[in-house]
Amino acid sequence: MASGIRDKVAILGMGCSRFGERWSDNAEDLMIEAFTEALGDAGIEKNQIDAAWLGTAIEEQHVGKSAVPLSMALRLPNIPVTRVENYCASGSEAFRGAVYAVAAGAADIALALGVEKLKDTGYGGLPQRNRGSVNDLFWANVSAPGSFAQLASAYQAKHGIDAGDLKRAMAHISVKSHDNGSRNPKAHLRNRIDEDKVLNAPIIAEPLGLFDCCGVSDGSACAIVTTPEIAKSLGKHDLITVKALQLAASNGLEAQHNSWDGSHFVTTRKCAERAYKEAGISNPRDQISLFEVHDCFSITELVTMEDLFISPEGGAVKDIMDGFYDADGKVPCQIDGGLKCFGHPIGASGLRMIYEMYLQLQGRAGDRQRKEEPVFGMTHNLGGFPHQNVCSLAIVGKMGA
Amino acid sequence: MDLGILAFGGYLPQSRLQRTEIAKMHGWYNPGLKGLAKGERAIANWDEDAITMAVEAARDCLKGQDRSSISAVFMASTSFPFEDRQNAGVVAEALNLKSQLMTLDLAASQRAGSSGLSVALQAANGSGAPILFTASEQRQTKAASPQEMTYGDGAAAVLVGKGDVVARFIGAHTESADFVDHFRGSGHEYDYAWEERWLRDEGYLKIVPAAINAVLEKTGIAAGDITTFCFPAAMKRVAGMLAKKAGLNETAVADNLQATCGETGAAHPVVMLVHALETANPGDRMLVTGFGQGCDALIFEVTDAIKTLAPRTAISGHLARRRADSNYARFLTVNGLVTMEEGIRAEVDKQTGLSTHYRNRDMAQRMIGGCCKECGTLQFPKSNVCVNPNCGAIGTQEDHAFADKKARLNSFTSDRLTYSPDPPAHYGMIQFEDGGRLMADFTDIDPDQDLQVGMAMKLMFRVKDHDKNRGFRRYFWKATPDNDDQGTAPAEAAE
Repeated sequence: MASGIRDKVAILGMGCSRFGERWSDNAEDLMIEAFTEALGDAGIEKNQIDAAWLGTAIEEQHVGKSAVPLSMALRLPNIPVTRVENYCASGSEAFRGAVYAVAAGAADIALALGVEKLKDTGYGGLPQRNRGSVNDLFWANVSAPGSFAQLASAYQAKHGIDAGDLKRAMAHISVKSHDNGSRNPKAHLRNRIDEDKVLNAPIIAEPLGLFDCCGVSDGSACAIVTTPEIAKSLGKHDLITVKALQLAASNGLEAQHNSWDGSHFVTTRKCAERAYKEAGISNPRDQISLFEVHDCFSITELVTMEDLFISPEGGAVKDIMDGFYDADGKVPCQIDGGLKCFGHPIGASGLRMIYEMYLQLQGRAGDRQRKEEPVFGMTHNLGGFPHQNVCSLAIVGKMGA
Repeated sequence: MDLGILAFGGYLPQSRLQRTEIAKMHGWYNPGLKGLAKGERAIANWDEDAITMAVEAARDCLKGQDRSSISAVFMASTSFPFEDRQNAGVVAEALNLKSQLMTLDLAASQRAGSSGLSVALQAANGSGAPILFTASEQRQTKAASPQEMTYGDGAAAVLVGKGDVVARFIGAHTESADFVDHFRGSGHEYDYAWEERWLRDEGYLKIVPAAINAVLEKTGIAAGDITTFCFPAAMKRVAGMLAKKAGLNETAVADNLQATCGETGAAHPVVMLVHALETANPGDRMLVTGFGQGCDALIFEVTDAIKTLAPRTAISGHLARRRADSNYARFLTVNGLVTMEEGIRAEVDKQTGLSTHYRNRDMAQRMIGGCCKECGTLQFPKSNVCVNPNCGAIGTQEDHAFADKKARLNSFTSDRLTYSPDPPAHYGMIQFEDGGRLMADFTDIDPDQDLQVGMAMKLMFRVKDHDKNRGFRRYFWKATPDNDDQGTAPAEAAE
């Protein structure tokens, strides 16, 4: 294996806009909001940035194609800017681009910014779009909740789990995210809910009800990265560095080969093995302090905790009900409210997860700060559909940990 | 070698609208409908049309038959989905027939079914090779019209040719008369009809006996030797009056299926013929008529071969594959008789790239996937590189037809977010027993049936998308519970 990214790149500064229904703001406003915070946090000037990456997915909805919208919005000084898109992992892709550029020595300081303006569609949920002229010939008429909802049917059948037990564990996930989101001033949804409300909500896609689904939000998040040496030279100490960055894309096996049972993510498992190895983590259940996972739907978070090898296979229901992943549990998951309540502006989500880890690792997370000093934080992004997706993982932690 | 019917099949949509529901809705407006408010009628699902029903009837017909010898596909209908795109050609593709084939649409009269059958027999007699003849109809009716009560949707198919026929063709006769009891002008959606009593007295009772007498005379068959008389009209007692007039036995009058199905228009002579053949005995003589600007009369004699034909669903099987439907509002909705708020999600442009469509027609219309020559893994769609992680061979896949493969359900949902003309949208992953899988739209999901991982599923040819802006419709295969094949153990995952 390659030597990996561990401790080669430090996070110099980060920023995140308030997520939500930002009716009076456009994508440029959101980008500036995240960028201004990050630049101030990094303590540098704009012209010290050597290269930038823009992550955005449904560009038809807001900024349009290419990297120019970022370059124009921030008035960057004609530096290289690249637009990346990998479904809901687009923000993580922007981060990967910036981190790798610094690690390669191609840039001293690089910027990653993700943005999405989703609330201009005229309805809730993600925009309904064509899937390409060949896919439209044969793809089922899936929505995001419908494609992810199927995990529940396959998971239940595989592990012989009672439908009611599974639904209650899913509800616990949503209640937890609302509790956590209520303590986060930048979160889209800040109301607390109870299990009954989740269980009695209208069905979106069987068995997912309204509260099993994440919010669709406007928002932007941003990271400025550099080498540990430069960070120190800029007066930074107690550095937060990148420990692992991994990506796994489906190759069509899940969609076309009968070896996949539909109850888990092939890509997450492969990606996790590589990420732990790259970060030098041998026992993730004990070593990782915090998780931000792609909880687009409650069932996604549930199976992901097994795919990341934290809960044993078939054991996530128990861990969840035991409070293992609660904010005051052994290993909190979505301590900031997650996609569910912080919100899900697609291109910004991966960077928002890293933003939360960065704050928590530095002890700057305010009311929701984890008391036990976190050492490693892991973020997990999924793009696409369970049977055809991209998984992106990042592990960040204290320098030298 | 005998000329006649080599095989037969039928198709009726699963949903049966209760006529009492129609009367309940429109009684205030047209109390006369109450007199027709008995029984039920087969109604097409939103993703069905004359083409999809013809395909299903033909698949039923071709069970156990050699598809490679078929020389032509004819389709008769007055409700073709396309006015200019050959409808029989779509049927032939869906059946994965060879391209060395004649395809032909027969239209513009309720006689299209019976005349088309006559023409198919003559053509098969000439060419010597079997011809697949399909007749299918989805008739549009205005709300609160008597036609809404009496019409039904359905299809039938027969394979005609020379050889070991199950029903020998004895002879046919056609009386032609430009007798216009109803019509539908070009560009008009609905039929316009004249008085029923005139149709009965000047039409049926004069024109049909002339055709029957002529065919009996031509074939030398005595009226009393006819065992089955198929007269496809909804009007009560007329068939009996005709039988009496032509000297046919009263017992020969076949069930016109008005109570259970409704009159399937140009398809109905063939639907009734297929229904009669299902229970026919060797030696039975069947007189099939079709009325519309004249009358066709055809006579068949059932042979011993009928006992050896492979089992098929046919009309009786589809009558049994029924779901009583009391949702008249849905019927209005899927037939475009009421303007529903579909929501912004319905506004996605469904334009079809015709070049893409043509290039991928084996996949999308014929349901052809791949079989890897190196490792034998089946996969859909067919691709350049084998999906088997232990193989990965390049350029090794041969065509493999999936349409008739048995499948099992792997995962599923019912989705109320995505746009569907008949929500919720049901879909999920199905896994073919021999290998290969598909994230498939589902169709004909009975609200009372619980979907279960592992249950048997089969594919049906359906409308995938309606492009309302351009009038195009795209077809693909959808999965539905295979209720004939439930109760066995779930398939083991391959490898």
